[in-house]
Amino acid sequence: MRFSRTSKALGMAAIAALALTGCGAGGPAAGGGSTGGDTSKVILVDGSEPQRPLMPADTNEVGGGKVMQMMFAGLVSYDPSGKPVNEVAESIEGKDGQNFTIKVKKDQKFTNGEAITAKTFVDSWNFGAAAKNAQLSGSFFESIKGYDGASAEGSTVETMSGLKVVDDQTFTVALKQPESDWPLRLGYTAFVPVPSGALKDPKAFGEKPVGNGPYKMADGGWQHNVQIQLVPNPDYNGPRKPKNAGVTFKIFQNDDAAYQDLLSNNLDVLQVIPTSALKNFKSDLGDRTINKPYAGNQTIAIPEYLPEWSGEAGKLRRQAISMAINRDEITKVIFSSARQPAKDFTAPVLDGYSGSIPGSENLVFDAAKAKDAWAKADAIQKWDADKTFTIAYNADKGGHKAWVEAVVNQLKNTLGIKVEGKPYATFKESRDDATAKTLTGAIRAGWQADYPSLYNFLGPIYKTGAGSNDASYANPVFDKAIADGLNASSVSDGNKAMNKAQEILLTDLPAIPLWYQVAQGGWSDKVTNVDYGWDGVPLYYDITGK
Amino acid sequence: MATYILKRFLQLIPVFLGATLLVYFLVFSLPGDPIAALFGDKPVNEAVAAKLRVQYHLDQPFFMQYLLYLKSIFTFDLGQDFSGRPIAAVLAEVFPVTARLAVMALIFEAVFGIVFGLIAGLRKGRFFDATVLVASLVVISIPIFVLGFLLQFTIGVQLGWAKPTVSSAATVQDLILPAIVLGLASFAYVLRLTRTSVLENMNADYVRTASAKGLSRFRVVRVHILRNSLIPVITFLGADLGTLMGGAIVTEGIFNVPGVGNRLYRAVLTGEGPTVVSIVTVLVLIYCLSNLLVDLLYAWLDPRIRYDA
Repeated sequence: MRFSRTSKALGMAAIAALALTGCGAGGPAAGGGSTGGDTSKVILVDGSEPQRPLMPADTNEVGGGKVMQMMFAGLVSYDPSGKPVNEVAESIEGKDGQNFTIKVKKDQKFTNGEAITAKTFVDSWNFGAAAKNAQLSGSFFESIKGYDGASAEGSTVETMSGLKVVDDQTFTVALKQPESDWPLRLGYTAFVPVPSGALKDPKAFGEKPVGNGPYKMADGGWQHNVQIQLVPNPDYNGPRKPKNAGVTFKIFQNDDAAYQDLLSNNLDVLQVIPTSALKNFKSDLGDRTINKPYAGNQTIAIPEYLPEWSGEAGKLRRQAISMAINRDEITKVIFSSARQPAKDFTAPVLDGYSGSIPGSENLVFDAAKAKDAWAKADAIQKWDADKTFTIAYNADKGGHKAWVEAVVNQLKNTLGIKVEGKPYATFKESRDDATAKTLTGAIRAGWQADYPSLYNFLGPIYKTGAGSNDASYANPVFDKAIADGLNASSVSDGNKAMNKAQEILLTDLPAIPLWYQVAQGGWSDKVTNVDYGWDGVPLYYDITGK
Repeated sequence: MATYILKRFLQLIPVFLGATLLVYFLVFSLPGDPIAALFGDKPVNEAVAAKLRVQYHLDQPFFMQYLLYLKSIFTFDLGQDFSGRPIAAVLAEVFPVTARLAVMALIFEAVFGIVFGLIAGLRKGRFFDATVLVASLVVISIPIFVLGFLLQFTIGVQLGWAKPTVSSAATVQDLILPAIVLGLASFAYVLRLTRTSVLENMNADYVRTASAKGLSRFRVVRVHILRNSLIPVITFLGADLGTLMGGAIVTEGIFNVPGVGNRLYRAVLTGEGPTVVSIVTVLVLIYCLSNLLVDLLYAWLDPRIRYDA
């Protein structure tokens, strides 16, 4: 085993301070590798304890989500670049973007032998949407006709009228309104089929889920708080065929312990390098690292219900803030290039992404223009010089403090106003103020895509009244532009319309895009063929032993 | 004696009620809605949230929640955590692991602390004494997480003598390194306590008498010095067992031990009241019982101590 001098030095210094700048990183990361490799190895990877029983529609966090993705196959799955490919679906057709006919492949089975038919899908989706089953991801079905009736509080309706079984292999879906990107969503875990036993006793099923995906759970595979063992499903014949003898998620409470395990080859793949090791992981791991953008971004949302941030003055001020932030500098210095400066509201790995939408110049650092915009806003409505502009963030995880402080300093220096970071002890605390609309300043907001679509970064966050609209942004012109995008007859026309809608956002700036997320992971010298998908999750099924 | 023990057990009842009430109140007062947090940064689905609030009694006022929790204890059903598992099963999983870790740490600190302390005391001012005194001072002054990371990195990663984190079974072998880290600070205290106590007793009249009677050096040390010196040490060790079990959060985090501390930390972050209270209550009971055990051990160590009913 090799240990660079840097890693030794860091180990020693970590003892005293836990924070130390190592030397610069090595060469550029090389992802993937040649094909081939040992397919008889069980791959040991890091995971976290699922928060809820392992029901696909009840799983909305990464710990359970990764397991669900591997144990279940939906109508489509996403290839590494985020393109949907048919998995259980034979075909998905819908010319008007509102009514879809879905054909399911023949002879599909769960690992318990139960056949998967059109009815399986309809039953599973109805179960997920019905309020009486209290599934956390239930709102993923909200576009389907009849969802409102089934999901209303206290409702006893158990089916959505928009779903109809035609025959064993075919069912139809009617949406409330045209949504051209709806088929893109079908790879999300909430849309997978579950066996009939799951619907009868979801609690027992959540302990020992039975799926139809590339992997199945080993006997007694879920040792709570310890590990989750998956073994290949021999009957799986979709595009994600396992190339190893199984994947075991070892459950970690903290990433630092996982990193130590990786260094000593006790862990094969670590999905996210902990912040404490970002400076030296390349010298520790050599070419066994990856640095790959994925569908996620970081923004600062500024609520428009605050008087000084509303109207024309508010808009100018937000533009000033945006132009006063030097994204290049922060991504280089704070993140060692583990982020990419944002040029729009979405993410570069998505189909339809454009880095040169008119208005994106508002995201470029320009101190003079920033001061100018601020002065113009002051002419309309004077900024109280004693007032402190705060940027709220959660301090429990994610390592946000460093970059928030950097942004705070840049704003102070460029605009000459009082700015402060405002830490919340926990994520849940910060969400409380955001949902109750009682924020007193800006708040950090990040978005990880649920499915690879531009709309997923725009609709749920900036539409009037949308659930994650922390900024309380309401602009009928934008809503109309988004609706046009959803009405488009093809995905590519839809993407063009979405980028048109982004032009409005880039002027209004309800949130200030900062940077795109980059997945930084590493692996041991026992495995090879490691690559990451569009969502920043390793393609576990492709990993082999050396 | 029996009456004394019974009395002590009865005293546990108010301690138990007080501890559960206090902890339940603290968890209840934590800011943030745990159900809303389950949705992450996705919009909260009110219908689903309402249903979950009812399920976990979070729609009730504080005292009602607490009474419902007490009721669940007396019906031996501690309720469920957020992943739908019985809390009793969670306790049965995590406590054996932490108990193993704490007992190993206790054995480590007791054996090495007493032996080193005795030798240092008997050879006051010599090289060994000076060395352990300085070493124990260093150990006491360095925070436990620093020692943890240090040993994990040097012994676990660089030398490869032990795994940096424990394996899924958390065997005795896996737990050696975490137990040493956990017990190091107390080891230094035990050592210093034993040494001081031995020094005191060496000058006691009965030791001089024993030596004057012509008893062997070994017998003088074992029966007259050591046994008398152990009283304060045993008090410390007994109280320490409870501290070790509850205080293992940091150590368990560093070595990824799937024990009480890890689970408790996660339950606090997610705001799972019943899980937190159940774990803490068991910890409180262990603390009380180990103290009772210490009091009973006194009688054995020092026949002059008698318990009156």
